[in-house]
Amino acid sequence: MPARHGRKTSAGDGLATALGLFSIGLGLAQIFAPRGLTTLIGLRTDRGIMPMLGLREIATGIGILSRPQPTGWVAARVAGDVMDLALLAAASGQRHAHSERLAGAAAAVICVTALDVICAVQLRRGSAAATAGSSLRATRSITVNRPPDELYRFWRDFENLPRAMRHIASVRMIDDRRSHWVARAPGGYRVEWDSEIVDDRPGQYIAWQSLPGGDVPNSGSVRFDRAPGGRGTEIRVELEYRPPGGTLGAVFARLLGKAPERQTMEDLRRFKQLVETGEIATTDGQTSGRKGGPFGRRLSLARILEKEMR
Amino acid sequence: MKANCWHAKHKLRVEEVPDPQILNPRDAIVKITSTAICGSDLHLYNGFVPTMERGDILGHEFMGEVVETGHEVKNLKVGDRVVVPFPISCGHCYFCNNEMFSLCENSNPNAWMAEKMFGHSPAGIFGYSHMLGGYAGGQAEYARVPFADVGPIKVPDGVPDERVLFLSDIFPTGWMAAENCDIKPGHVVAVWGCGPVAQFAIASAYMQGAERVIAIDRIPARLRMAREKAGAETINYEETDVYDSLMEMTGGRGPDACIDAVGMEAHAPGIAGMYDRVKQATMLESDRPIALREAIMACRKGGTVSVPGVYGGFDDKIPLGAIMNKALTIKTGQTHVQRYMRPLLDRIQNGDIDPGFVITHRMRLEDAPEGYDLFMNKQDDCVKVVLKI
Repeated sequence: MPARHGRKTSAGDGLATALGLFSIGLGLAQIFAPRGLTTLIGLRTDRGIMPMLGLREIATGIGILSRPQPTGWVAARVAGDVMDLALLAAASGQRHAHSERLAGAAAAVICVTALDVICAVQLRRGSAAATAGSSLRATRSITVNRPPDELYRFWRDFENLPRAMRHIASVRMIDDRRSHWVARAPGGYRVEWDSEIVDDRPGQYIAWQSLPGGDVPNSGSVRFDRAPGGRGTEIRVELEYRPPGGTLGAVFARLLGKAPERQTMEDLRRFKQLVETGEIATTDGQTSGRKGGPFGRRLSLARILEKEMR
Repeated sequence: MKANCWHAKHKLRVEEVPDPQILNPRDAIVKITSTAICGSDLHLYNGFVPTMERGDILGHEFMGEVVETGHEVKNLKVGDRVVVPFPISCGHCYFCNNEMFSLCENSNPNAWMAEKMFGHSPAGIFGYSHMLGGYAGGQAEYARVPFADVGPIKVPDGVPDERVLFLSDIFPTGWMAAENCDIKPGHVVAVWGCGPVAQFAIASAYMQGAERVIAIDRIPARLRMAREKAGAETINYEETDVYDSLMEMTGGRGPDACIDAVGMEAHAPGIAGMYDRVKQATMLESDRPIALREAIMACRKGGTVSVPGVYGGFDDKIPLGAIMNKALTIKTGQTHVQRYMRPLLDRIQNGDIDPGFVITHRMRLEDAPEGYDLFMNKQDDCVKVVLKI
């Protein structure tokens, strides 16, 4: 039973949500009450364009709210603001225009544009920090139908872990506290580091930290808590990676930065499969009616999702 | 080997594919002797289940002979005759330990996809989309069966395939649908649909002590089968209003339990049916929950609505007010087949029931696409197609 804690949200995320909701509200008003709205902003004619603008607003609103990274949609809002300002400028030349209200409307749009720009900048900064900047964190937990002692022992022998963890090529114990790790990265790269246990409470908790000189400074911990109702153990993992600059750092950031929490969840799931069933569920290598070659598998939802995962 | 492969909506091809291999120590390879087309396969055929891929091998109701076992499979040997349950279950997780096999936590390699749709993932299922594991199915000459030490049940040589094949899905599914109704002596049970699962739900409700079972459909041959083979009273919803008829037949109480054995592609005459068709076609709604709505509205106060019918997504206009104000219980789920195979095999061998009564068509594997078409369009009085290999 996997569980996840809230994704870390930045100021940009909160603002984006507010702007997304605002977009949808405004869009609905434009579609269902175009007359009221045109009057409000000082136009007397030309209501036909309002519902179309409403559709645009709703589309960007939904885009912002439904995507994990709404940066592009917020940028679309900025473009929409510019378009609205142009339309208002054109309308001010109309005979029946109510110039004070039009000016008010333009001022409102300018304020919203400012918010949109701030939001877009914050989001861009946030995503840059997550991929190339200071650190990548992941916290995940899962319930495993085995007692804490047994899981602790299995985990404590780090050489067991590559069987469950897709991106770890090998782990070698140097002595009881230190181990050497090799991880696979895209493009055939390998990254390596030595790790040292910094806290060790048998049956309960292990914490580790990489030693200086490794390719990727990292630290992490795992807790084993008895699950209620005889359901085994709740495992909680916390990982933090600090990818260095340069090519290797960029490659590693790509490896984990896309979805460090999802990777961690998948690793935990495989760990659970391994200790509960003795094997890891797979369909790799099974038969199918797909022909080989790049066009054997058409672009499908499953395909896109699988790609997203790797 | 030959296998029935999905290529697109309404496009299936039986083609030559590589033979399956053992991939994990608890796998077995089964040489299939009989395999069936399930009503739920039609949801794949009609393109309503996301994450299907071109070339996927269909089929989750199959049986045959063990021809190879992984080194951890100790309870089966080459030559054993087995029926394979459709959910793939590890036998060691919390859910398997508690006999909720279709909720196994360890058999879906694509669990994260299902988590996006459902919050948590159910068990992997043979031939039933990548979201539910992407496992190659059993409408083929051979199949790889994961966790073969837990799922498949051995059947004696003397019993014909047709009598035990449906232990793989539809007999346990109908049985669990009835069991979920918590039937007490004197209870009246209504069953929406007269397809194969419904036929077993009717038969099971009687075996579990129901006094009367009322079945609802519009296809004369299916209504006839429900009356003559399963013993139900019937309502043709194209001729009479379902709610009014049920109230008339139950003295205004409504059925004590209602079973929706229809699922996501229900049909309905008139405006209600059009409404859901349009919404489903424009992807504003993933299922057409017409039978479910009717079942909820008709169910007796304090009664149970049991849902073996397959639903996949986010549905519209479910009468939650009726569920709450009438204090209804809703029970549903993919069938925990492994829980029921042994006791139902005993019933078959005792002569309580011969599940073969639902079979109307026997075809060759090569004719699978034709079988799907026949089954979907309910031509030639088709209720159940079995493919022989």
